[in-house]
Amino acid sequence: MDQMLEISILQLISAYLFIVILLFIVRLRKIPREKEIIIATLRMTIQLVLVGYVLMFIFENERWYYSIIVLTIMETFAVFNIYKRTKQPLSNHLKKMIALSMVAGTLFAFFYFDFVVVQFAPWYDPRYFIPIAGMLIGNSMTGITLGVSALVEGFSSRKQEVDAALMLGATPNQASKGILNHAFDSAILPTINSMVGMGIVFLPGMMTGVILSGASPLDAIMYQIAIMLGVTGAVSISVILFLYFGYKTFFNKYSQLSQ
Amino acid sequence: MFELKQVTYQDILQIDQLVIPSQKITCLFGESGSGKSTLLRLLNHMITPDEGDVLYQGDDIEKIDPVQLRRNVVMLGQDPVMFEGTVKDNLLIGVRLAEKDEPRSSTLKSMLTDLQLHKSLDDDASKLSGGEKQRVALGRVLLMDAKVYLFDEPTSALDDDTEDVVMDYVTEYIQQKRQTAVMVTHSKEIADRYADQMIYMTEIQSQRGEPHGSNA
Repeated sequence: MDQMLEISILQLISAYLFIVILLFIVRLRKIPREKEIIIATLRMTIQLVLVGYVLMFIFENERWYYSIIVLTIMETFAVFNIYKRTKQPLSNHLKKMIALSMVAGTLFAFFYFDFVVVQFAPWYDPRYFIPIAGMLIGNSMTGITLGVSALVEGFSSRKQEVDAALMLGATPNQASKGILNHAFDSAILPTINSMVGMGIVFLPGMMTGVILSGASPLDAIMYQIAIMLGVTGAVSISVILFLYFGYKTFFNKYSQLSQ
Repeated sequence: MFELKQVTYQDILQIDQLVIPSQKITCLFGESGSGKSTLLRLLNHMITPDEGDVLYQGDDIEKIDPVQLRRNVVMLGQDPVMFEGTVKDNLLIGVRLAEKDEPRSSTLKSMLTDLQLHKSLDDDASKLSGGEKQRVALGRVLLMDAKVYLFDEPTSALDDDTEDVVMDYVTEYIQQKRQTAVMVTHSKEIADRYADQMIYMTEIQSQRGEPHGSNA
């Protein structure tokens, strides 16, 4: 296979025509979204250019600490993003549990992936380390966000049921079982669904990238399969950790629902 | 069975001294907002008093494992909650949660009859009417064979005739097994007819200088 075709600056600029068309339509229909579209396009462009330079620098200067720094930034960003994306107010205790399970779950799955499955050489090789960590973290972030919403929502809408179960002598764990199962379900479902549709409904970005860069499709699917399994692992471990620690924050030491 | 000493809970309850005897049916009587349900929830440690002690069989309730306590002092809340599943699942959920031995199907069926419930064990519990749910919830706690039952308005959704039959059955069941019940009710009739002991909320509440309601 050949090397990837390079896009010239001029060709790239021609792609912005899509945005121009969009802006034109929006103006014609008098939909007040021009500002948002322009800002989003600018942000996307600037952020990607910056990331391109940062990655270029990191790829040229392979150091374990650069990889670790990037990993730390991604984890931090993911945790704060979960806080921001959850509509309901979160207790400080719950926030701690979110951070803890997010970091512990993704790191465990990622390092297993790094040292056992793919065996990056060296282990911090940024070409593998950064994009793969990004995928595991990004998917776990979505999973935990869904799990948090379902958990908080469950404890508010099914409060009576939990209360009734406690009155009958249920442990907090037994009393939360229905809520926990539902939360796990909604957190994990998107990942399961994406496995089902994989390859037929869509080619995932990672595989597209690998194919574009000139690798054979067979190599690309090997990676994609490994990554889907890794993603599923990371999402389920972090969600299970979160639910396991998270439900306890809704109870006090006397096994009562905290106010 | 229970003893309360100098108990305060928010601005709802203020009780100097209260004793609830064992193997008796005690009715808590008072108007709504007088703290009946709150008092009931103190007894199985669903809430913890701000000040004072609640004793169960002479032991401070805060030193007893709350889950074990609630398996002995079972409570039926004001709104009967149905869990997912059939009537049978709902009757058995208390026994299952408390990890006690499951009664046979024949026991469950005769309980349905005794509670005037003409339903099959396999019916979907969510389709029951309010009164039917209340009786399933009542049967569920009786099956747990607890030492103490706490009932919060257990027959509020029943018509008078059914109420009488159900209450007759429940009180007889409890007396026969030498168990204890504390029941919240706002019906003077029920209290007069079934209570061994009456507790009037107005009599046990000690005012804290200010008249009630002024600090709301």
